[in-house]
Amino acid sequence: MYEGVVQDLIDELGRFPGVGPKSAQRIAFHLLNSDPADINRLREVLGKVAEGVTFCEVCGTVAEQQRCRICRDERRDATLVCVVEEPKDVLAVERTGEFKGRYHVLGGALDPLSGIGPDQLRMRELLARIGTDEITEVILATDPNTEGEATATYLVRMLRDFPGLTVTRLASGLPMGGDLEFADELTLGRALSGRRAL
Amino acid sequence: MSLYRDTGIVVRVQKLGEADRIITLITRKFGKVRAVAKGVRRTGSRFGARLEPFGHVDVQFYTGRTLDVITQVQTVDAFGSPIVADYQRYTVASAILETADRLCAEEGEPVLRLYLLVIGALRALAGGERDAALVLDAFLLRAMAFAGWEPAIVECARCASPGPHPAFNVAAGGAVCARCRPAGSVNPGAEVLILLDALMVGDWARAEHSSYPVRRQASGLIAAHLQWHLERGLRSLPLVERRLREQAGVPEAEQHAEPHAELDGPATQR
Ligand SMILES: [Zn+2]
Repeated sequence: MYEGVVQDLIDELGRFPGVGPKSAQRIAFHLLNSDPADINRLREVLGKVAEGVTFCEVCGTVAEQQRCRICRDERRDATLVCVVEEPKDVLAVERTGEFKGRYHVLGGALDPLSGIGPDQLRMRELLARIGTDEITEVILATDPNTEGEATATYLVRMLRDFPGLTVTRLASGLPMGGDLEFADELTLGRALSGRRAL
Repeated sequence: MSLYRDTGIVVRVQKLGEADRIITLITRKFGKVRAVAKGVRRTGSRFGARLEPFGHVDVQFYTGRTLDVITQVQTVDAFGSPIVADYQRYTVASAILETADRLCAEEGEPVLRLYLLVIGALRALAGGERDAALVLDAFLLRAMAFAGWEPAIVECARCASPGPHPAFNVAAGGAVCARCRPAGSVNPGAEVLILLDALMVGDWARAEHSSYPVRRQASGLIAAHLQWHLERGLRSLPLVERRLREQAGVPEAEQHAEPHAELDGPATQR
């Protein structure tokens, strides 16, 4: 145990996902040896986070304005919507450079064991978008694991009776059982281009 | 380093650190086991999708300081793909896992009967030949019997006088005779008690003969009985999809037969 604020810092850092006590100590001492200007920049960013992060009113991803950069971009194909679980999955698909449509972030996957059903996710918002926008294809890009597959099953059933709407699922290039964020760009890109109708 | 091996059902997975998971299994010999699967969330992990919920697996562990560590996994039954291909089955199977996890309080305490009940229920769901809601209710009744909370169905819960009796009282422990009947008892009707009895003894011909309103009433009594005995309610039980199946022309198994064939795809063999 260190004295006072240094131990407080280590304790706080140790609460982050994936950071064990050793890593927390390493980061803490890195910060102690940092330029005060760097620490101030970090403090400003954290201050802004504490004031509240906004989510895009259309797709639900993290955004600086009411609408995110992608939903504002007129060059993106508004007929194509890629449904993902989390904002980090938007970034993962964007990194492939394969996708020119827009997104819909559900905010998670259907997981009864954690008490998450359709009402806890942005399902109704997706239905509303399909009812009003010019969407002709929905790509289901939920994680290739149990909860993600079950969510895709649910969405297929929910969307299959919409006239003129095609529902597709990422192809099987992705190894099962993992998280989408760990997929390499090549695998994820191939999965996108090889999608098929359900 | 001590190694041991057992078959088990994956009942819960929790993220640990960057890419690991804590896997909770109900095993044949050692009861509930919580163990770490290292790197399982990375694409291309040697475990692949084998340690996902509903998996019936043959696992090798080594005894760690705090948690045991999974070193090898082989699939015995891949119940997952047919279960996630149908949303109602998925919600039912989730409720089965959560119930099993909750009834199995102590790690390392053998629960062979519960293990066999879970496998039987998941196998029936994956096969898709039985009504998913009936599978759940049969499982819950027998799981409660395993826990020592078996509701009285034919005899009176209080005085054990032979039935059938018209009244049911969750707090009293099930069916009650006219003399013992506490205030607040319900009168579920003879057919509901006949269904409960059929589900308890595994008489599927009689259970499947029941009407849907009777099944819904029976489900309500079973859920109330279970919640009465559990300290906190189950998260998954309210999310179980209860559909008016008699109105749908096509059986659920046929409606959703094809979409998720990719779960069996070549990617899992990496
Ligand atoms: Zn947006």
